[in-house]
Amino acid sequence: MTTLDVDSIYGLAPGHRLQFEEAQQAWVVLYPEGMVKLNESASDILRRCDGKATLSTIVTDLEQTYDQVELRDDVIGLVSAALDQGWLKKR
Amino acid sequence: MTEKADTPLYPLWLLAEVTYSCPLQCPYCSNPLMLGERSKELQTEDWLRVLAEARKLGAAQLGLSGGEPLMRKDLEILVAEGRRLGYYTNLLTSGIGMDESRIIALKEAGLDHIQVSFQADDSGLNDLLAGSDSFAQKQRVARLVKSHDYPMVLNIVMHRHNLDRMREILDMALELDADYVELANAQYYGWALVNRDYLLPTREQLQQAEAIAHEYQDRYKDRMKIYFVVPDYFEGRPKPCMNGWGRVFLSIAPDGTALPCHAAADLPGFELPNVRDHDLDWIWKDSPGFNRFRGESWMQEPCSGCDKRQECFGGCRCQAYLLTGDAEATDPACSMSPRHRVILDAVQHSAQLKVLPDPVMRNKRNAVRFREEKRDPQQSCADKPVV
Ligand code: SF4
Ligand code: SF4
Repeated sequence: MTTLDVDSIYGLAPGHRLQFEEAQQAWVVLYPEGMVKLNESASDILRRCDGKATLSTIVTDLEQTYDQVELRDDVIGLVSAALDQGWLKKR
Repeated sequence: MTEKADTPLYPLWLLAEVTYSCPLQCPYCSNPLMLGERSKELQTEDWLRVLAEARKLGAAQLGLSGGEPLMRKDLEILVAEGRRLGYYTNLLTSGIGMDESRIIALKEAGLDHIQVSFQADDSGLNDLLAGSDSFAQKQRVARLVKSHDYPMVLNIVMHRHNLDRMREILDMALELDADYVELANAQYYGWALVNRDYLLPTREQLQQAEAIAHEYQDRYKDRMKIYFVVPDYFEGRPKPCMNGWGRVFLSIAPDGTALPCHAAADLPGFELPNVRDHDLDWIWKDSPGFNRFRGESWMQEPCSGCDKRQECFGGCRCQAYLLTGDAEATDPACSMSPRHRVILDAVQHSAQLKVLPDPVMRNKRNAVRFREEKRDPQQSCADKPVV
């Protein structure tokens, strides 16, 4: 797993859109000629990658929202996978 | 996808073939042989209703294609409505009919992405295959797409006449700064089936081209994504056509015919519904046409007992019909099909040809000729003796 700097900021890559789909009852990432349906934890993380929040802010936010600890590895894992897929871009 | 194949809840894709009119004449065009008359095309209001109904069903990707969709003057209206409804809007164009003011208008309407098709990286070959001087215009359009900040897919249909130029084609894509490249091996129905002897590559050509595509995939993975799909004729495995009949794709022809696959109009024995007569909810869920090959109950041996049937759905129904005369047969591209020989023979036959036939160009004149001959699309290969 790539280690990402927790102070860095990510947002959706150009040409990508994140939206909630009624029919699928799920968040999806849309991009040229394709779409991926996200599970709940993935959408919770990706929705917070808004091009403003740092990864550590996102981690704290999620830990508070779900009253859990040590979500850092989950967030970093998902964000690096999303970077590999080209859904996210570093700001 | 985890839902069962026989419970398609909603389409994900709406492919709106807004017109069959096209200034180009590609001999592999996937449009039906007889094309259609412009006077029978849906009006703007019909398309707006189709967009709304399909969105309500769940479609999230909208492909605006044709023919050449830019031939429709109301394209900007359709894009704007598509975007307003929440679609990701894709324009699939040859580039003919695009200029800077139009690309700006489309951006303002909310167009998300543009796919530009090229025939080759070389103007002579490109223009020969397109049947018109279009290469310079395509290059201009590709640059416009990027300078107006659209993501760009370059689509190149691959066959005997351009596979040997894989390296040059990918270099062109890099130079034009494409985000994605689709190296789409020709699919042999419609016009491509008529021109199969002209188009079918040799196995060696394909192997070399594929190796180059993989080399570029590795080397440039941070710059562009390259898709290379080996054509089913050479794999012994059929493609999972449309990801299953009536499962993901909803295609609307220029005259309003609703199709589970844009080639399905060639299939005999049932009527496809039209959006002028029915709403899309009924068409998708209940129409006999969309249910005909849903799930597995229609399958014959070997598909019905095969453990791959959830992956390939028995292959392509149109290809099964066109090459075996039986729409319910196993796709002959599958090595387990009792008719697989027809594929092997076709590959061998074209590899041995010393002189290639002239291509039958996709144009009105030839379409009218096919219409007058009342040509059965199946005949397009049956009348060519294979070996
Ligand atoms: S394949 Fe060629 S002829 Fe057919 S619609 Fe596309 S550009 Fe036109
Ligand atoms: S036998 Fe039928 S289901 Fe099995 S791989 Fe071939 S086409 Fe697919």
